[in-house]
Amino acid sequence: MVDIPYEGIPGIPPAEVPDVELYHPRSWWTRYVFSQDAKVIAIQYSLTATAIGLVALVLSWLMRLQLGFPGTFSFIDANQYLQFITMHGMIMVIYLLTALFLGGFGNYLIPLMVGARDMVFPYVNMLSYWVYLLAVLVLASTFFVPGGPTGAGWTLYPPQAILSGTPGQDWGIILMMSSLILFIIGFTMGGLNYVVTVLQARTRGMTLMRLPLTVWGIFTATVMALLAFPALFVASVMLLLDRLLGTSFFMPSLVEMGTLSKYGGGSPLLFQHLFWFFGHPEVYIVALPAFGIVSDLISTHARKNIFGYRMMVWAIVAIGALSFIVWAHHMYVSGMFPQFGYFFATTTLIIAIPTAIKVYNWVLTLWRGDIHLTVPMLFALGFIITFVNGGLTGLFLGNVVVDVPLSDTMFVVAHFHMVMGVAPIMVVLGAIYHWYPKVTGRMLNEALGKFHFWVTFLGAYLIFFPMHYLGLLGVPRRYFELGDATFIPSSAHSLNAFISVVALTVGFSQMVFLFNLAWSLFKGEASGGNPWRATTLEWQTPETPPGHGNWGKELPVVYRWAYDYSVPGAAEDFIPQNQPPRATQLIQGAAS
Amino acid sequence: MAVALILLLVAIGSVLFHLYSPWWWTPIATNWAYIDHTINITFWITGFVFVAVIAFMAYCVFRFHHKEGRRADYNPENKRLEWWLSVGTGVGVAAMLAPGLVVWHQFVTVPADATEVEVMGQQWQWSFRLPGKDGQLGTSDVRNIASDNPMGLNHDDQHAQDDVVIENGDLHLQVGKPVKVLLRSVDVLHDFYVPEFRAKMDMVPGMVTYFWITPIRTGTFDVLCAELCGAAHYQMRAKVIVDEEREYHAWLEQQKTFAELSPAKAVVKATFQSGGN
Repeated sequence: MVDIPYEGIPGIPPAEVPDVELYHPRSWWTRYVFSQDAKVIAIQYSLTATAIGLVALVLSWLMRLQLGFPGTFSFIDANQYLQFITMHGMIMVIYLLTALFLGGFGNYLIPLMVGARDMVFPYVNMLSYWVYLLAVLVLASTFFVPGGPTGAGWTLYPPQAILSGTPGQDWGIILMMSSLILFIIGFTMGGLNYVVTVLQARTRGMTLMRLPLTVWGIFTATVMALLAFPALFVASVMLLLDRLLGTSFFMPSLVEMGTLSKYGGGSPLLFQHLFWFFGHPEVYIVALPAFGIVSDLISTHARKNIFGYRMMVWAIVAIGALSFIVWAHHMYVSGMFPQFGYFFATTTLIIAIPTAIKVYNWVLTLWRGDIHLTVPMLFALGFIITFVNGGLTGLFLGNVVVDVPLSDTMFVVAHFHMVMGVAPIMVVLGAIYHWYPKVTGRMLNEALGKFHFWVTFLGAYLIFFPMHYLGLLGVPRRYFELGDATFIPSSAHSLNAFISVVALTVGFSQMVFLFNLAWSLFKGEASGGNPWRATTLEWQTPETPPGHGNWGKELPVVYRWAYDYSVPGAAEDFIPQNQPPRATQLIQGAAS
Repeated sequence: MAVALILLLVAIGSVLFHLYSPWWWTPIATNWAYIDHTINITFWITGFVFVAVIAFMAYCVFRFHHKEGRRADYNPENKRLEWWLSVGTGVGVAAMLAPGLVVWHQFVTVPADATEVEVMGQQWQWSFRLPGKDGQLGTSDVRNIASDNPMGLNHDDQHAQDDVVIENGDLHLQVGKPVKVLLRSVDVLHDFYVPEFRAKMDMVPGMVTYFWITPIRTGTFDVLCAELCGAAHYQMRAKVIVDEEREYHAWLEQQKTFAELSPAKAVVKATFQSGGN
């Protein structure tokens, strides 16, 4: 903390390019609807994702009603049950989590955290949202078409996805494919923006190794998504051609409802390889932004720098790279060449090492911290527990021979809900409590927040932890009714009923959260610009909520990494990234 | 400190649930106890890590939660600690992976003396086929399927004539005899799943997949479909009965062969018709 003039500090190059020319909205329509401001687009993305996410939540209630109390609800039949699970899964994974983390948090936080005025291609960014909205509307329309949405399961495996034994074979599957194709087009426009903005629009002094981990997580996830989504894109197009034009990319000679079909020569396994070449990176496309965000939540609310920042960055990059060579661990019992098992089990378990490092570094950040048990911190702690639990059960399913008895059982359902459902949603919720003051200028109500946290965290754990044991027992997934099976004791049915009751409770507690979001917008306590006393740039904007162009007249200049909390000798327990060294106040006598 | 206590209780509760849960795997009926052992090793290692991480976290929350005047340490990294933790994790991963791969090798290496049986899936029922006196299964083709040839056997294949075909019946296996289960589907994906066997594999139209088992105890077991196959997926059931040698042969005697079930002329006609479609 020596007083030196900042012009001479390495890492702060002079401004080489002039400040950007922003597009300035002239009317209400271009300001709030067809807006090119990343912050408005972020809110549009978030609200749309939340709206369709609520549909997925209601679908999960209907599924749990059926599973917990089979035969009680005559308005749910076997076809509808399959449609519910399919739409729930697809919405949660793609239209909610992917869109919210990248389109929502990415759009809001990237320009602010790297010190840019906006995304580099604002018009394309706006287009990205409108195409996404169209994809969501096409998806939602399948509830109203003849035959209803597809019931092929979110994995959409052919041949059954496009044959007549599966609900939604007429319209549902065609619109599902169309919606996915639109989503990928929309995402690509947004994704290119995020990547180029992080690489090209960082402010002076913001080196890559000074980026907050939030940006590292979203950036790496976006690069992965740009590489992985094309596989889903081609799979969707090919399946659509099989369905509409009678091609046979994925269709061998087969019998459809008792008669020989016109198909022949295709490979169902080819679809699975394409799907999971996308599908496994997709898990990390959701997880990496969560990893990044939770690192920043923990560091800020424990008032301590994130432990092992460089290792954390390399772990994110390593996980991102490795996740492209593990996809076939979803296919151990698919009938693929059995010798693949050795390779994919090994790569899958190797991923556990960088992932474990991240977990160690999160808990080591807490060590000798000054832990403020705020609502965002509680959600971060809840994330660690659910993520560690879900990650460890991944070691069962990734280890090829252990997967054989467990695959296609409720163990798998419990595992992926814990690791890529509950854990990332803990981060989403924590992040909303954390950044809501920046977006609105008001704090969310803390008492309601704590109630929301405890019901959500303990409830979700009570839903998914015991569910593993149903899978261990052998209860299969995607079953409308278990029926008579001698190996399933009646106590398993009681457990199912218990899980359903808890699931409904957790679901309704989200209404408290929605109420809090709406109520605090008008009645919440005013937050000021930096209520958490955080170091990163988004908290240092001249206005809160940040105005158009984010930074007023001058872009900020960055002098330090994102984690200068509790620096010895400094008067405050945080030093913002844009605070020049000479401006750092020293405690009397502590200077060195 | 309530929060720390609740976090700790989550970890302890999970362990107690694991130890006292009434829901546990079914009593095994095949040679694949190795798989159960590997699962147990994995439970021990992951359980230890789970409790250690959560307990450490709970301790930190208890010991370092905010009080007036507390200030956090400034401690950017600790290379030695990070490397030790990485190496330790690597050792734990290897301890789970190594037995897993050894057992996988056994799983995909079918013993030479295994006899073959075939299971065929279609929406939404199971059919079974056993080799006849010649000990060999005949070839099949989905295009041969007709009302009197539901498994689509090739009529001009001599090996097919004496194959035992079981429609709408149960499969019997002989205890103690290794068997290679050949799996085939004529329409969509299915998965031949008997929880007590531990082994399972998808059935894919256009391919023949397999697993092998040696039944180690007699009994009657439920067959379920474990790969989503359409509207009545959950109703696709059958039974497998593992018999002693004498009962097994008594049962086998009563079954009909392909030649008995579908006389040659009728099949030729049916093939011609379906070929014309």
